[in-house]
Amino acid sequence: MDFNGSDTIPGPRTEDHLPHTAQAAAKIVIVGGFGVGKTTMVGSVSEIRPLTTEETMTQAGVGVDDNYGSETKTATTVAMDFGRISITDQLVLYLFGTPGQQRFWFLWNGLFEGALGAVVLVDTRRLEVSFDVIGRLEERGVPFVVAINSFPDAPRYPIPQLRTALDLTEDIPMVECDVRRRASSRDVLLTLMRFLHSLTMTGSLT
Amino acid sequence: MTPPRRTRRYPRHEPTPPPKPAKEGEEKNPERLYVVAGAAEDGARAALDLVTLIVARAEAPPSATPEQAAVLRLCTAPLSVAELSAYLSLPFSAMTVLITELLTAELVQARAPIVRQAVPDRSLLEAVMHGLQRL
Repeated sequence: MDFNGSDTIPGPRTEDHLPHTAQAAAKIVIVGGFGVGKTTMVGSVSEIRPLTTEETMTQAGVGVDDNYGSETKTATTVAMDFGRISITDQLVLYLFGTPGQQRFWFLWNGLFEGALGAVVLVDTRRLEVSFDVIGRLEERGVPFVVAINSFPDAPRYPIPQLRTALDLTEDIPMVECDVRRRASSRDVLLTLMRFLHSLTMTGSLT
Repeated sequence: MTPPRRTRRYPRHEPTPPPKPAKEGEEKNPERLYVVAGAAEDGARAALDLVTLIVARAEAPPSATPEQAAVLRLCTAPLSVAELSAYLSLPFSAMTVLITELLTAELVQARAPIVRQAVPDRSLLEAVMHGLQRL
């Protein structure tokens, strides 16, 4: 990118500037397989046009059938779409849509630990795509809720059957949603916040 | 029709499956949950999060590189590292190097993010809920 000349640098629109009083930001991650609706969900609740941040991952090749003595390296660019919601003049919430594929996870080490919580977005046509993501969140101790994005042609299962299939405990909230609708996406986020709030209540009793 | 089935996992380093996996996991390594942003010491990279807010403290000095000047122009109002990365089309890791230089030169200020803690901040969660309800 050419950094010379201020006119060439895109930046936030004037109405997208945060107030100077903005003191801190928190983040929520939305995880799920490709095409499950993460970006749609970010876009439907974000106050700014969704943006993309990238990271380049270099991986040493592990194949043995390449040239002798030359180590192959593959560079993969992992993109995350994100949006923003101003909560108060001091507090900002960011939503990151993150690819669920296992090989991308270590790249974002720290992102998940710091997140207040996660929304696992599920497509009942490809339920198994979310298995690894959910397992990773369990291993890392990141609290999460499961949102079933209702695609018109997707098989519909009763929530208890999905809970059994996903092997989720009763306390983990599961909701159906249509992420194209702002109110529906907002309700998913509210479900997550209420769940996190309930964890503080149980935590205070122990 | 029966959906495919998953098997539950548990937080790592736990010998026995605890009843509340999420809570146990949070407690196992609390110091990692706090991300402290600030000027780098001895040239080390500042611990910057994607949502650390960066604010310019000064205009770009003549010695500033074009990249540094671009950051300072964008940060006249607070902006997250992620947004800076997006607007400047720089990978996150490159962005943190650039911001660390600016922090060291005291040209920008970093406002540390709120990160999940072993004991979650209830008033914070309530503020977020109220904010979402207004959407």
